[in-house]
Amino acid sequence: MPDWALIPWKVVSSFMRAGAVANKAEVKTGIWHKLFTHFDQHLNWYFPLPAILALAAIVAFPMVYNIWLSLHDWFLVSPIGPQWVGLQNYVQMFQDPKFWTTFWRMLYFIVGALAVQVPLGLLLALFLNQEFRARNLIRTIYLFPFAATPVAIALVWGMMFNPELGVLNYFLELFGLPRSLWIASEKWVIPSLILVDSWEWTPLIMIITLAGLQSLPKQPYEAAVIDGASSWQIFRYITLPLIRPTLVVATMLRSIDLIKTFDIIYVMTQGGPGEASETLYLYTYKTGFQFFHMGYGAALVVFVFALVLVFNLVLARVRR
Amino acid sequence: MVVGSKKHKICRNIFITLGVIIVLIPPLFVFWWMFTSALKTPVDILSPVPKLIFTPTWDNFKEVLQQENFLRYMWNSLVIATFATAIALVLGLPAAYSIAKYRQQKLALGILVARMIPFVSYLLPWFIFFRKLNLIDTYLALITTHLIITLPMTIWLMIGYFEDVPDDLEEAAMVDGCSRVRSFLTITLPLVRNGVVASAILSFIFSWNQFLFSLILSGPRTKTVPVAVFNFISFEQINWGGLSAAATLIVLPALILTLIIQKQIVRGLTMGAVKG
Repeated sequence: MPDWALIPWKVVSSFMRAGAVANKAEVKTGIWHKLFTHFDQHLNWYFPLPAILALAAIVAFPMVYNIWLSLHDWFLVSPIGPQWVGLQNYVQMFQDPKFWTTFWRMLYFIVGALAVQVPLGLLLALFLNQEFRARNLIRTIYLFPFAATPVAIALVWGMMFNPELGVLNYFLELFGLPRSLWIASEKWVIPSLILVDSWEWTPLIMIITLAGLQSLPKQPYEAAVIDGASSWQIFRYITLPLIRPTLVVATMLRSIDLIKTFDIIYVMTQGGPGEASETLYLYTYKTGFQFFHMGYGAALVVFVFALVLVFNLVLARVRR
Repeated sequence: MVVGSKKHKICRNIFITLGVIIVLIPPLFVFWWMFTSALKTPVDILSPVPKLIFTPTWDNFKEVLQQENFLRYMWNSLVIATFATAIALVLGLPAAYSIAKYRQQKLALGILVARMIPFVSYLLPWFIFFRKLNLIDTYLALITTHLIITLPMTIWLMIGYFEDVPDDLEEAAMVDGCSRVRSFLTITLPLVRNGVVASAILSFIFSWNQFLFSLILSGPRTKTVPVAVFNFISFEQINWGGLSAAATLIVLPALILTLIIQKQIVRGLTMGAVKG
């Protein structure tokens, strides 16, 4: 570890040493000593307290405010403040055709992305579960796609997707395939975004699954080899059932993230062409920050939040 | 038999080598394409047949660094990520310690939920709030919102590290008359310093990469680098060389930091939501 990383630590520890000297002084009955002892005896309260207060302020307050806001009608730019409308925004939401189109589009994106990422991630993990030299190199390089800044990645993919001069169409032609409009076509924009998302996140599924594979017990495999099982049989009847819980967890984690996909879509298409790549999450964003329809936006936010919460509850159950 | 197994071994080697090549092409190609495009002249970039051999030029980097206050935006990103990370450590380390030591599972669960909430849910209230207080386009607004990313991440990562520290060490110190606070600071913290560095770096990366909060809450003075580059692309004529150079400059710090904490990054990411 680099030396500079220890500097804050050294500052804190020198403070503590000073404190210890003061503590050892004769005055053991002073008010400061009493306060310190009280603090020291109740660390389980005082240690998490600042973090809890901070989280209450930055996390809990917005959530409560969202719910309050979702019961009001309010255009940010209008001089009239929020007007109480009860559940009107929620009623409007379920009658809003755009809510439904963006909702189904989001599902299309999620299911499509999972259909690519989970099998591919499993396949990669099975490959990397072999013993060979380049394994660690691959594992390191596979961290890059999801550690890299999504905006930058989206810009580079946007460049590669360019219908006239993009390198991807060059490759298609090289293999004798017809050129594609990629993100410029209403039909292909979601599959193109799935491609980018899979490029970013399949590595994560691979890494989670690989960790799962490496923690599997050895005995069933030894028994299967002795019984003369084929590799396919070993995979189908031993590996797959054992690895399934890991795959389910990875799938749930990805689903939650896929609901919240924003950066790559906003940077590459901003929901276009037309509205062909506007998912529910983008619609929520636009309702609030392009149309400034705060009350309705808040209702959409509450819905997305509920959706994520349901996925989380399922995930928590699966993990147990 | 011997010949057969040798043949088998060669087959396996060919299979693995091919596999390695196929597996490495997709991630490497995108980064390679980004980097080489940044080194190409406009003519080379727009060539219909991609040029493998070209004379590299640093002009794109020079142009990006001179133009559009790029360094200023880099500095903004650096300041915001650093403060968000430091505050998260100060608040998060004691909390994580307490959760690990006193088995405060409900608190841990609450923190996980905080991490999973979609960022748009925070954005609407914070935008209204900061707008009312005239705090849009201030470091304060951005650091506060970036804490939403860094604080739960720090706590969640550190719980695991604190749990790995055996209780005996602190108990021995306390028998010798050491206070709990002091044993936390002088015994436990030094033992988990690798974890502290890892969570600091991970927090930094995710604050650095953050786009949505900065998109809404920053302005001309506090614009972070992802937002600045996004604007610079959408408002100017398409300039692929500049775009690639800018993308390279944003990505590079995140990738270098990733190399330092390879193992911990996975631990940090599998806790749940990665982005918002």
